[in-house]
Amino acid sequence: MSHSAASLTMTRSGGDAAIAAAALTVKLGRQPVLHALDFTLPPGRITGLLGPSGSGKTTLMRAIVGAQRISAGTLTVLGLPAGTPSLRRQVGYVTQSPSVYPDLTVQANVRYFGAMHRKGKADVAEAIAAVGLGPLGRRKAADLSGGQLNRVSLACALVAHPRLLVLDEPTVGLDPVLRADLWDRFRAMAEAGTTLLVSSHVMEEASRCETLLLLREGRLLSQLTPAELSQRGHSSNLEQAFLAIIREQEAYDGVSPPAQASTRSRDTGVTKQHGSVR
Amino acid sequence: MDVRMMLATARRVLSQLRHDHRSIAMILVVPALLLTAVYFLYENETLPPGMPRTFDRVGLMMLAIFPFVVMFLVTSITMLRERTSGTLERLLTTPVHKADLLFGYGIAFSLMAALQSLVATAMAYWVFGLDIAGAPGYVVLIAVINAVLGVALGLFCSAFARTEFQAVQFMPVVVVPQILLCGLFVARDRMNDVLEAISNVLPLTFSVDALQEIAAHAEATERLWQDAGIMAAISLGVLILAALTLRRRTA
Repeated sequence: MSHSAASLTMTRSGGDAAIAAAALTVKLGRQPVLHALDFTLPPGRITGLLGPSGSGKTTLMRAIVGAQRISAGTLTVLGLPAGTPSLRRQVGYVTQSPSVYPDLTVQANVRYFGAMHRKGKADVAEAIAAVGLGPLGRRKAADLSGGQLNRVSLACALVAHPRLLVLDEPTVGLDPVLRADLWDRFRAMAEAGTTLLVSSHVMEEASRCETLLLLREGRLLSQLTPAELSQRGHSSNLEQAFLAIIREQEAYDGVSPPAQASTRSRDTGVTKQHGSVR
Repeated sequence: MDVRMMLATARRVLSQLRHDHRSIAMILVVPALLLTAVYFLYENETLPPGMPRTFDRVGLMMLAIFPFVVMFLVTSITMLRERTSGTLERLLTTPVHKADLLFGYGIAFSLMAALQSLVATAMAYWVFGLDIAGAPGYVVLIAVINAVLGVALGLFCSAFARTEFQAVQFMPVVVVPQILLCGLFVARDRMNDVLEAISNVLPLTFSVDALQEIAAHAEATERLWQDAGIMAAISLGVLILAALTLRRRTA
């Protein structure tokens, strides 16, 4: 189909992709944290960013939202270099620890972050309802449980209706029912055209994403779909599959540079080159 | 600059404070209590006829020093909490302009300072019969400018503290020298040259000078406006320095 061919070239140039990284390198001080990452993420999808703690997930997310300076390579977000001022209107970021004001009510928190995007009462009420905190709107954030606080933090990002939503471990501390609710909401947002990048170290959540970025020690192990992950890792249990891929990678390391992971893109039907590049 | 974001920030800072009844009470009541202490300290002094009471001099200066000290402390801790809790980083990923944030802080705490100095000044005039030539409105004005200076310095210093413990340590560094050298303890023209030279460039000196102008003249003098102008300019300069310490991107 001409459409897929077009989207492939667009993706390569970074014009159509929601996020495109080329040889993206980030150093904190002298310590390299991200090593020459190459990937493109399609718009309107949920991408899972998976990897053990310390693998560079948060650094990558901070680079995408423009809070982290990149050392080398390029990072294009919604067609513009990451950190471009106009992106601040379009990119929402939910940090790992809930960044809300504990001494304000739920409503006051969401209202304040909404005001930074010129959003009014209706958007505030909608965002609070979306995370299921409607009845607790007048409660002080400090009096909420950890999971509820996380949801306030999420509502503070939802209120802006961002085109790209970057979520750092949004489901930590949530019970299974709420977690399922939240993933349903993410899916609905993606269907409405929002691009989501969700980090997690819970492999079970990987199955809910459409694309996965596997990160380990600052290197991109692979970009693939959950189905491809279980196939490549020879296990329907994604955690087992991820471990298998890590072991495979460790076997490569020290012998020769890791082989490029060739994966078949599910939607375009075109073979793309992804994976780790030194 | 976006006025709505600035006002939203001021409103947010005030409602954070509103939930903290103890802090509000401290801000409003403590200066009045200290003023009471100063009054009774000089209660039994014997004065030659025609000599003004020491309270009229020291009490007046205290009215300017309170808002400076209190707002410095409150602001540096609030801003440090904002830096360490992640809310600042999150805010800086939104379209908000740094100036909107800092001026929002400035507006909120200046309002608190105005309330504080209204209480303290009213007490000084009506309860302790503060006797100066100028109008109390000018005293409140100088107190508010001092508060803005405290806010600006607090915002700036919070950038150099990692913890609240460190933030509090900036008080002896930044605030105490200004109190020592502003002319409260020793008249500035009787200091040695080095101390006087330092005193000449410290912001609090100008407010003490302004208060002495108010005490001596019934009408606002040119020198009063000049002092107030210099104070305002210094506050603005420090606020701009504080804005430079807010980094949207870390290296």
